[in-house]
Amino acid sequence: MESKVKAGGSSTGWLLILPLVLILVPFFIVPIIGVVAASFVQSDGFGGIIPSFTFENYKNLFTSALTYQLYWATLKFSVFAWFFSLLIGFWIAYFLVFHVRSPLLALGLFLICTVPFWTSNIIRMISWIPLLGKEGLINSALLKVHAIDQPLEVLLFSSLAVVIAYVHQLTIFMIVPIFNSMARIDKRTIEAARDAGASRFEIVRFIVLPLCKTGIALGSIFVVSIVMGDFFVVKVMSGGGSASVVGAFYEDIGVLQYPSAAASATILTIIVLLLVVGILRTVDIRKELAR
Amino acid sequence: MGRPTDKSGKSSIAEGHRPSRRQLLKGAAAVAGAAAGSSVIGAPVIWAQEIKDIELRHVGVSYSVVKAIGDQAAKDLGFKVTMQNLDTSAAINRFITQPNTVDIPDLEGWQAKLAAKRGVIQGINVKKVKEFDNFLPIFTKGELDGHKIPREGISPYEAMYIAKPDATDLHEGVTEWATFLPQVYNADSIGYRPDLVDHPVTEWKDLIDPKYKGKAAILDVPAIGIMDAALCMESAGLIKYGNKGNMTKQEIDFTIEKLIELKKSGHFRATWTTFDQSVQLMAAGEVIIQSMWSPAVAAVRVKQTPCIYAPVNKKGDKEGYRGWCNGLGLMKHLSGKKLDAAYEYINWYYSGWQGAFVSRYGYYSPVPSTAKKQMTPTEWAFWYEGKPAPEEIKDPYGVPMEKAGTVRDGGSFLERVKNISCWNTLMDEAAYMNKRWNDFKVA
Repeated sequence: MESKVKAGGSSTGWLLILPLVLILVPFFIVPIIGVVAASFVQSDGFGGIIPSFTFENYKNLFTSALTYQLYWATLKFSVFAWFFSLLIGFWIAYFLVFHVRSPLLALGLFLICTVPFWTSNIIRMISWIPLLGKEGLINSALLKVHAIDQPLEVLLFSSLAVVIAYVHQLTIFMIVPIFNSMARIDKRTIEAARDAGASRFEIVRFIVLPLCKTGIALGSIFVVSIVMGDFFVVKVMSGGGSASVVGAFYEDIGVLQYPSAAASATILTIIVLLLVVGILRTVDIRKELAR
Repeated sequence: MGRPTDKSGKSSIAEGHRPSRRQLLKGAAAVAGAAAGSSVIGAPVIWAQEIKDIELRHVGVSYSVVKAIGDQAAKDLGFKVTMQNLDTSAAINRFITQPNTVDIPDLEGWQAKLAAKRGVIQGINVKKVKEFDNFLPIFTKGELDGHKIPREGISPYEAMYIAKPDATDLHEGVTEWATFLPQVYNADSIGYRPDLVDHPVTEWKDLIDPKYKGKAAILDVPAIGIMDAALCMESAGLIKYGNKGNMTKQEIDFTIEKLIELKKSGHFRATWTTFDQSVQLMAAGEVIIQSMWSPAVAAVRVKQTPCIYAPVNKKGDKEGYRGWCNGLGLMKHLSGKKLDAAYEYINWYYSGWQGAFVSRYGYYSPVPSTAKKQMTPTEWAFWYEGKPAPEEIKDPYGVPMEKAGTVRDGGSFLERVKNISCWNTLMDEAAYMNKRWNDFKVA
């Protein structure tokens, strides 16, 4: 019986992943190969290419200070968005798992968290503009109670606005995996810790956090890869004041400079892959999934 | 109907059951005549049946490819016209990478140059365009009222003509084949709030005046934004450009460095990419002076917020409007009935309705004579002649916009177009300019 399973094991394995491969190869692998190939040719200035093999696009990228500034700016946004969405997401998940008595109510509240995501991402982002503007709701409210004399200009068209929009959009990606991990924690462990005299903070630090590491890692992967690959939120919420890596090569495409855009895209893909691998190294996903 | 008479030719009755050939022909002719008379069949009607299934996809930017125009065209012509809006960069990318998904591309002068080079458009036979001889001389001679239209940037006149229908290079001078036919054009300048800005603005340098720190905006389309910036710098006397439409690396560096300096000092509250954003910025009071497009100024005024489109007439070598021109092209893949329908569509465009529609938010038609027929004398006096409005002026959708007695910003058509100083363009150093524009954005 066991040997039969082992003998047929490898080909069954291949058959099982065949549907996924059939989708991934033409719609994912081939386009990526196309982009990488395009990054090694020269542009003829009019949207066409001169068939040639050149490292010039990459050389231009690595020798330009702009590239490093763009990555620095985008990474900064990633870190801030990650930190605040983690903070808010972790505590919401904690509340849902440990403070809501009935698991049904917890599930219900969890589903309610996802309701805003049934509407368009872009509309939810743009709706921050009338809220944060100089004549917007927040400024008007603060002016009315005389907390400030002049409307706060820093609320909109600034990096603060960008981070607010990102956190608004991405917290759910933190809540979901962390909720998952936390729900698996055996409540008896918590009880035992409390009986042993641990304070709430110590429980969180020594029991909940380590057991949620996988959830946090998964959420972080979502947040970081979304922010690194985004340009629209930065463009609108910073009022064009900040640029991002993707924003820069979007402009390149706007003037049909496909090879240099392709080179930027390839480098970005490699960097995000490295980030994801780095995050995955901090947790052992297989062990977590087997639990 | 009965048997044909035997007045001429042999009678078929005498011959028996077999009708002669002549009888047959006469009978057929009679039936055909009766049928044509009752319009059961007839050449125009056959054609209408066939073109009813035709759908033309007109793709371009939202300020020239307007759904209302497409709907009216469909009503008047009988076939379907679908309008799709994309921003400038997305549009040119689509025309070049997916040419079969577009029938009528909306092209600016410099985009026509690119599209011709990539071979995705076919030359338009100007002989088939009924109103071509009535086109303003701006497009057929490069001059207006004796005044030579400046060639800084890519003027429509130099982008319009090619030697053969499938040529990839532009031809200097008028030929029979056009890359695109102008459809809307205007002279752009700055928009400002007269109630919040202390003096009437007539010079570009006010946009970079430190007095308006934190309350100014500029547009974020690199090719156009850099020209607005250039006009400001030249107006403030900071630098003199050889050709604002085709700058050298040093000129680009100077302009961008100055822009970065302004940005770091907090001069720009924001930058915008679509004209709705510019309307929001102005109407919400975020900025009081910014680069604007005419329909944005109209939209702000409809909201009952005062907004003036600054008249920046030329003063010596400085100032002047930034001109631009959008037009219709024909994609290479059009042929047969669809091509005929496309020419019908083009001819409809110059028959007046579209010209009148776009003039209601400040754009001009290349054939003002037909547009005039569809505009009320009040509108003509206001929009083209620059006279005070005899009665209330409404926007293209019927919403009242201007009170009686107001004068159009910048004056008459002749005054505004004669003061165009440079045209929207694609520079030789476009790639470098883009990179430096990104530097400005990251600063």
